[in-house]
Amino acid sequence: MAGELGHFSLILALIFALIGATVPHIGAARGDARLMALGDRSVFAQFLMAISAFSALTYAFITSDFSVVNVATNSHTLKPMLYKVSGVWGNHEGSLLFWVLILTLFGALVSWRGQKLPLQFRSRVLAVQSLLVVGFLMFILFTSNPFLRLDPAPLEGNGLNPLLQDPGLAFHPPMLYLGYVGLSIAFSFAVAALLEGEVTPLWARWVRPWALLAWVFLTGGIALGSWWAYYELGWGGWWFWDPVENASFMPWLAAAALLHSAIVVEKRDALKSWTILLAIVAFSLSLLGTFLVRSGVVNSVHAFATDPARGIFILAFLGIVVGGSMALYAWRAPKMAPSGLFGVVSRESALVVNNIFLSTFAAVVLVGTLYPLFVEAFGAGQITVGPPFFEYAAAVLMSPLIVALGVGPLLAWKRGKVSRAFQIVVPALVVALVAGTVLVWRTSGGYVMTAIGFGLAIWLLASVFLEIASRIKLWQAPGKAWARFAKITRAQWGMSLAHAGLGVILLGVTISEAFTTEDLRVMAPGDTATVAGYDFTFEGVAPVAGPNFTAVRGFFTVRGGGETLTTLTPEDRVYTNPVMNTTEAGIYPLIAGDLYAVIGEAAGAGRWSVRLYFKPMISALWLGALMMMIGGILSLSDRRLRIGLPTGKKKVQAITRGAA
Amino acid sequence: MIRFFKMVTLVCGFSLPAYAVAVDEKPLPDPVQEAQARELMKEIRCLVCQNQSIEDSNAELARDLRAIVRERVALGDSPDNVRAYLVDRYGDWVLLKPPVKSSTYFLWASPFFAVLVIAALVFRRRRAVPTAAPLSDEEQAELQALLAQRTGEERS
Amino acid sequence: MQRFIPLIIVSALVLLFLGMMLSDRNPKEIDSVLIGRPVPAFSLESLAQDAPVLTEADLKTGKPVLVNFFASWCVPCRAEHENLMVLAGQYRIPVIGIAYKNEADKARGFLSELGNPFAKTGLDLDGRVGIDWGVSGVPETFLVDGEGVIRYRHWGPIVGDSLEKRLLPELERLQ
Repeated sequence: MAGELGHFSLILALIFALIGATVPHIGAARGDARLMALGDRSVFAQFLMAISAFSALTYAFITSDFSVVNVATNSHTLKPMLYKVSGVWGNHEGSLLFWVLILTLFGALVSWRGQKLPLQFRSRVLAVQSLLVVGFLMFILFTSNPFLRLDPAPLEGNGLNPLLQDPGLAFHPPMLYLGYVGLSIAFSFAVAALLEGEVTPLWARWVRPWALLAWVFLTGGIALGSWWAYYELGWGGWWFWDPVENASFMPWLAAAALLHSAIVVEKRDALKSWTILLAIVAFSLSLLGTFLVRSGVVNSVHAFATDPARGIFILAFLGIVVGGSMALYAWRAPKMAPSGLFGVVSRESALVVNNIFLSTFAAVVLVGTLYPLFVEAFGAGQITVGPPFFEYAAAVLMSPLIVALGVGPLLAWKRGKVSRAFQIVVPALVVALVAGTVLVWRTSGGYVMTAIGFGLAIWLLASVFLEIASRIKLWQAPGKAWARFAKITRAQWGMSLAHAGLGVILLGVTISEAFTTEDLRVMAPGDTATVAGYDFTFEGVAPVAGPNFTAVRGFFTVRGGGETLTTLTPEDRVYTNPVMNTTEAGIYPLIAGDLYAVIGEAAGAGRWSVRLYFKPMISALWLGALMMMIGGILSLSDRRLRIGLPTGKKKVQAITRGAA
Repeated sequence: MIRFFKMVTLVCGFSLPAYAVAVDEKPLPDPVQEAQARELMKEIRCLVCQNQSIEDSNAELARDLRAIVRERVALGDSPDNVRAYLVDRYGDWVLLKPPVKSSTYFLWASPFFAVLVIAALVFRRRRAVPTAAPLSDEEQAELQALLAQRTGEERS
Repeated sequence: MQRFIPLIIVSALVLLFLGMMLSDRNPKEIDSVLIGRPVPAFSLESLAQDAPVLTEADLKTGKPVLVNFFASWCVPCRAEHENLMVLAGQYRIPVIGIAYKNEADKARGFLSELGNPFAKTGLDLDGRVGIDWGVSGVPETFLVDGEGVIRYRHWGPIVGDSLEKRLLPELERLQ
């Protein structure tokens, strides 16, 4: 019953979305307010239907209703409840339904919170959003219906891929989807602005919180994914530049660029056509990621089971949505002439530099991800574009970005003074150079790249600190510094925290990459191995039984500085449904770094092959990501940013200026 | 097509030999050579598992290739020779770092090329903004009147 | 003109993807770089008792031969075995079997259970010959011409329509 209800809800949602995607445009063309207002009703109706369909599928998963094909292929009665629920979005069909749920939720939010937006503009935005919903619903109904029945129903399901049965991965996909779909709102606003032929500072004020929200979710999703890889895949790697990882990284970069360029539009009414383009590109990259994961064009460890029909469908959708909006851009961009000007040395200029490098990095990641396809398409053989290329690109493009990131916040809006910036830049530069030199000296000159990365990280952290110090006049008037400190706005804290977060991540990356100590060996119970000054004593193994797996658990007592620190318990698990082997690393985070142990195969006579690591400062990666997220949330919560809709009539007219 | 994919999954899923070779990896006695070998392993792509280096992979073939890398290094092969040895058998595909050659010039130049394209898009050529003609006397008068009116409104 | 750049890039990408999806290509397959090159030198024990060792000279017979890498532990090898029997029996193509990382007893057992299509056999216990041939997994089948030059490699099992659509046309071109 629930299955049919869900299926029916999807069909109704499609009908509502079709109405919502077309009628408001007719209304806008005719100036008919009633037709335009239909957009609002449509998005609420779509949202209700999406909730209904999603609940139906969730119900089927929770009750293990194996007469639904999707449940039978992806769930199992013995699976813990958390993974029964996460199984809903842990498969191709269910994840698409989740996309639709979020698309309609965000559409409804825009309608609800956007009542003060001019009707014509709002109805255009909602119509574009509805069009996206139409595309996804058709994709679901025609190629990937999660409510198909199985007759007779099997007694037991196939189970979920054990690698996905993990708290990190249960929430990694929904976070990413929230981020991808959050960018759809920026996209809808951009297309609506192109249709209306006008971008105003108010437009940017609307788009920025959505870009920021999407960016926060993407940051969280990416961080969770890399954390999962770190503890689950068993060799402590956390980023592989795999096509699917790149597919989430590119929208992240574009969203980061977008939320910065929107500031310039808001403050200076400049950079308008570029910001529109970025908003379109950011969401297009999200769609591209969906296409890459589900079409099977590229190889990836994360890919869903692929089906050519689905690939063709998404490609057609991608072509229509992205191609169409780019054509619209080519047609309308000349209308987006900037009105504001700013000096060469100014905060705006620094934001432009930031935008150029962030976007270029996104573009280069795209080139690297797709390059093997190009080479193959031109018959020039098969090549691999692996981590070394992306690391080279990161070094070339991120270094100038980080330098600009340190200077930017120190410059005044519109026309900055070089001299004031220098007062802060010079000390930060000195600190960074000293840090880099010390590192080279301490490691006898072997690590030039590490020294550069370390120096850049310190530069960024120092300039963030000095920027705050100069803001509160810590040195000029220390007496009143505290009062000024308390007055720093949440938006400013958000910026400082996010920038410092990047510095912390960079610190973690450079230090852990360069100084990880690794020991691969076969150990018998009682053996002790010393890794980076820590003594790992192998105490033996014990069998463990979990709800749907059995495992061998190893015990390692770790001593350091004369005392026992912890007992690491890595596991080698064998899941029963489906049969699969996974490793669970034993990890103990210290302030200096992580102790990390993995147990391998039995080597006979009670001996086991093990991998032991000490990974210095690796936690900084996730700490930095957390700082970025908190920074984003702080900035979102700033009252001045909170959908700062004007109340006066004059400002409302400002956004409709171009509408006539 | 789908059947073909299923078969492929079978091939990949079952390519592990039923017997396990000795578990312990034998590091080279010379630490310098071992370090060199390990660096090389990080650059070689595993053929069975996608997108991993042979250093990271537990696959049987990756293990064999690790052994070969150690062997060649111990024989005194330069890193370039070891790479050439593998490319000779598996093509450029095995190198995680694409070699610089005519088909990859664009790739390696892409950061510089992309900066130019993006900058061109950011600084889209602005239409010459028509410089405002000075106001005529009539317009000047009208403006004064409007301003006066507005000041009056604000006071009320 | 810059405003057309995004549209041009998007169109090019869509065309590229479309081309890749319509082509009959498996993204996991790694092309062999040995096509057009003489077979690598090797020397392997035979599976048959008292048979001479198998070397690259056995492949230069003036007639095309197939070299099949197989193993008893390989499930897809069982799936394609029937087609190997057809190639050897019906089409009279000499097929040479190399047991890849397979103990001799088990490989022999595999052949006595399913039938032996192989004119000659070799035992590649440590997989080194496989690596010299650029084998990434079993089964893989190489088509070697009369001069001992590798002309075609079939990746994965010869099942479904791949015998008629892929392997036989390649054979015909040689004959």
